[in-house]
Amino acid sequence: MAAGPDHGSGPGDSPEGPEAEAPERRRKAHGMLKLYYGLSEGEAAGRPAGPDPLDPTDLNGAHFDPEVYLDKLRRECPLAQLMDSETDMVRQIRALDSDMQTLVYENYNKFISATDTIRKMKNDFRKMEDEMDRLATNMAVITDFSARISATLQDRHERITKLAGVHALLRKLQFLFELPSRLTKCVELGAYGQAVRYQGRAQAVLQQYQHLPSFRAIQDDCQVITARLVQQLRQRFREGGSGAPEQAECVELLLALGEPAEELCEEFLAHARGRLEEELRSLEAELGPSPPAPDVLEFTDHGGSGFVGGLCQVAAAYQELFAAQGPAGAEKLAAFARELGGRYFALVERRLAQEQGGGDNSLLVRALDRFHRRLRAPGALLAAAGLAEAATEIVERVARERLGHHLQGLRAAFLGCLTDVRQALAAPRLAGKEGPGLAELLANVASSILSHIKASLAAVHLFTAKEVSFSNKPYFRGEFCSQGVREGLIVGFIRSMCQTAQSFCDSPGEKGGATPPALLLLLSRLCLDYETATISYILTLTDEQFLVQDQSPVTPVSTLCAEARETARRLLTHYVKVQGLVISQMLRKSVETRDWLSTLEPRNVRAVMKRVVEDTTAIDVQVGLLYEEGVRKAQSSDSSKRTFSVYSSSRQQGRYAPSYTPSAPMDTNLLSNIQKLFSERIDVFSPVEFNKVSVLTGIIKISLKTLLECVRLRTFGRFGLQQVQVDCHFLQLYLWRFVADEELVHLLLDEVVASAALRCPDPVPMEPSVVEVICERG
Amino acid sequence: MEDDAPVIYGLEFQARALTPQTAETDAIRFLVGTQSLKYDNQIHIIDFDDENNIINKNVLLHQVGEIWHISTSPADKGVLATCYNRTSDSRVLTCAAVWRMPKELESGSHESPDDSSSTAQTLELLCHLDNTAHGNMACVVWEPMGDGKKVISLADNHILLWDLQESSSQAVLAGSASLEGKGQLRFTSGRWSPHHNCTQVATASDTTLRGWDTRSMSQVYCIENAHGQLVRDLDFNPNKQYYLASCGDDCKVKFWDTRNVTEPVKTLEEHSHWVWNVRYNHSHDQLVLTGSSDSRVILSNMVSISSEPFGHLVDDDDVSDQEDHQPEEKSKEPLQDNVIATYEEHEDSVYAVEWSSADPWLFASLSYDGRLVINRVPRALKYHILL
Repeated sequence: MAAGPDHGSGPGDSPEGPEAEAPERRRKAHGMLKLYYGLSEGEAAGRPAGPDPLDPTDLNGAHFDPEVYLDKLRRECPLAQLMDSETDMVRQIRALDSDMQTLVYENYNKFISATDTIRKMKNDFRKMEDEMDRLATNMAVITDFSARISATLQDRHERITKLAGVHALLRKLQFLFELPSRLTKCVELGAYGQAVRYQGRAQAVLQQYQHLPSFRAIQDDCQVITARLVQQLRQRFREGGSGAPEQAECVELLLALGEPAEELCEEFLAHARGRLEEELRSLEAELGPSPPAPDVLEFTDHGGSGFVGGLCQVAAAYQELFAAQGPAGAEKLAAFARELGGRYFALVERRLAQEQGGGDNSLLVRALDRFHRRLRAPGALLAAAGLAEAATEIVERVARERLGHHLQGLRAAFLGCLTDVRQALAAPRLAGKEGPGLAELLANVASSILSHIKASLAAVHLFTAKEVSFSNKPYFRGEFCSQGVREGLIVGFIRSMCQTAQSFCDSPGEKGGATPPALLLLLSRLCLDYETATISYILTLTDEQFLVQDQSPVTPVSTLCAEARETARRLLTHYVKVQGLVISQMLRKSVETRDWLSTLEPRNVRAVMKRVVEDTTAIDVQVGLLYEEGVRKAQSSDSSKRTFSVYSSSRQQGRYAPSYTPSAPMDTNLLSNIQKLFSERIDVFSPVEFNKVSVLTGIIKISLKTLLECVRLRTFGRFGLQQVQVDCHFLQLYLWRFVADEELVHLLLDEVVASAALRCPDPVPMEPSVVEVICERG
Repeated sequence: MEDDAPVIYGLEFQARALTPQTAETDAIRFLVGTQSLKYDNQIHIIDFDDENNIINKNVLLHQVGEIWHISTSPADKGVLATCYNRTSDSRVLTCAAVWRMPKELESGSHESPDDSSSTAQTLELLCHLDNTAHGNMACVVWEPMGDGKKVISLADNHILLWDLQESSSQAVLAGSASLEGKGQLRFTSGRWSPHHNCTQVATASDTTLRGWDTRSMSQVYCIENAHGQLVRDLDFNPNKQYYLASCGDDCKVKFWDTRNVTEPVKTLEEHSHWVWNVRYNHSHDQLVLTGSSDSRVILSNMVSISSEPFGHLVDDDDVSDQEDHQPEEKSKEPLQDNVIATYEEHEDSVYAVEWSSADPWLFASLSYDGRLVINRVPRALKYHILL
């Protein structure tokens, strides 16, 4: 406040100053406030062109020097300006004065009120101080009391703690003292578990304090009782009448009583063995021959529930009880399971072996399924014993045997069919009628075999049914389908069928003709049908039913077909041989038994030739039933008998005409040799094609060649030669129609007549016309 | 290494009878007997000159009848026996006789073939094998190792043992046996075993093979149903005493061990018609020759049942020599039984095949049309066997 007038002394020096300096001053006041409140001078000043703060001429500057300022004003400003600044300064000074007054008033009021407040507070605090003092005193008193109480109670507390400890000890002691009686009671009541628990609890204490006589007595008592307990438990354990769970309990208790686990485990297994052996014995009794054996399903059920169930229980209990035994214990159990399992398997196999002959696959498969399913549980429990694997093996073995059985069955069925055919072939001959045709028989055989095959496939298919537990084993998915069913059963059967059929070809009794020729023919056709269609059908069927996933090589259809075709060919060739032989024998007997030198002039065709033609016709009919006609050489298929016979007889004449001119013996040979040069060699037993004409050609070739060879071994009189001539002409008349190339018949018959002429000392042939007449009459 | 072409000789007449001159071991000589009902029958003595591939023939007349079988003495080159048909009063009887050929023909005089027919000589009859009581003679077999004094002849169902006395001019029946049974039993063929001191003879009748002991004239063994049909011929393995081969109308050739009469050791089925003749090679018994009425002659190599199943033991040096020339021979070493060759020179049924007695690599076959073919074992095989 004093500053103002101090400051205001300036305007007196320069009256115009306050007016001019008023905003500056205010600003200066603000700046100082700001300075006071920590704001920077510069910022608050906000002068655009900040003059030097050290400028002594700045009214608001901190270093304002009124002398300098005045000097400056006086020196620089003209009078008017000085005047102006003087007024301005005065105005500013006034304004500043009023401002200051206002501020003082305001602050004064505030100060007054503040003073009042402080005074009031002073009073209040004084009161509070008194109360605090009182409180402190009280607290001291309380503390004092409390300490005194504590001190008083200290003694009691210790005694109580001690007493509590004694109490507990006494309780324990009491328990100990009562222990023998309790144990006795427990044992008497049969509450073995309780007894064992008591014993367990007391054991350690007794052990520790056994040097004290009283405890020792208790311990001795306990030991006696425990021994009795153990004895009783063992007794119970040994009696073993009760089921496996009780036994397990016994063992558990005994274990808790510290009995040696090793020994217990032995005993446990021995007991289990006893029980399981009982099961096995009962199973074996079922197997026995005397009582009617239950069906296999029942058997496996019994085995499954009795033995396998028991084994499961034993295994589970054992693993629980003797888990501490470690791998050695597990090994013991595995050995145990292996041994008993082995015996069980042996029994099952014996039973299954009895079943092998049976026909019902579905029952067997169900039984096997159960058997296999039951063994999965112990299998999982006792992986080491390999029970599941062994079971799978048994199932596989049975399946294999089953396949073998079915193969046998199919073979037997095939043989049965053959027997039927034989009988059917034999029967109508007695009745003198045709009976069932060959074609019908063939159809019967084919369909019966096919149905047997299908039945077998269906039966075997049960093994791979989805719901059967073992069907997803690799064996049943792969090898069983491909090697077992396809190769073993189907291919094996077709092969054996071919072999059986072929065996008819080289049976030693080929002379007696043990196999009826019609059967050969039928089998040949059967094999041919197999080659063309049936094999691929059957194999497709098999492949569809048994989706073969196995990649192992299988016999291709073409190989089988080739085999079947070969069989068919051999059978047909054999048929030709057999039939040819039959006719050959007739011809041969007729040539060998006759006295050709002293025979009479021929009047008739010999009966045997008619018989030959009849038989050939019969064969033709027989073959025609099963085989197609085939192709013959077209050249003279429409040639009538007459033109044919004229041709042949004229030919004959030309052929051996020179031979009756005695002067030219060489010509005969020459002529026949020249003849042969131009004719093709005749392969007598040549391969046969699958058609009627080829078959008949084969038979006739064989027959005529035989005739030729027989004729060459004989000597003929004139009439003998003529008889041969007549016979040959007759054959020519009737046989040409059966063969593929009638030229063949010509050639062979010509040769026969020529040979007969050579074998005749007096060859005078009959007139061809006479020959024809005789033949037509015959 | 080309094989020589076969040599073919033609006779004017039909012929079935062929034999090597057994006593001759130097020259290759065969005897062929003809069958003609209208002319005088002949015996052709056929000399084969191996070096020049030339045939020399001499013809002997055999006027008594057509010849069905011929055999030569193993001791005397000039002596032979024939079975021939004699026709009289519209009856045919097959007789047998022992003959001697002219001295100069015994070892083959080399006449020119042209004039031989004009100067045909006749045989000198030594003796008849009297068969009036026994029926038709099927064949005459000489004791193979002996002095040419013993002969077996088969007549219908009789087997007759003859002693030839006084230089074969007299035949005395020394023993006989006959086949009893129902039906008309007839021997078709017989052979004298070279083993067991020549005391065994085997015969074929119908489908049965029988062995006989010549000392007691009793049956030793019997193979029933040896063939499905008639057995045509048989032959003994010259080196394995229990082995014999047989052939027949079932087109098969079977090899037997006479100790096991139930099963043949081996069966061949190569011919397509009756097999009339089977002959073991005299030295190398793996070589078996068969002739058949399918006009073929087949030479088979039956190594597996021969006395030389692994071939000759060959020195290593020889093998190495061999390798230079024929490396492929080595690979064939374990030979399989197989057909060596099929000879198709004949146009008619072949009724006789014979190995030469002088050259083990040479054989002759005779077909009904009178064609005689002389063939050799293929050289490659010959060297394979020898080396």
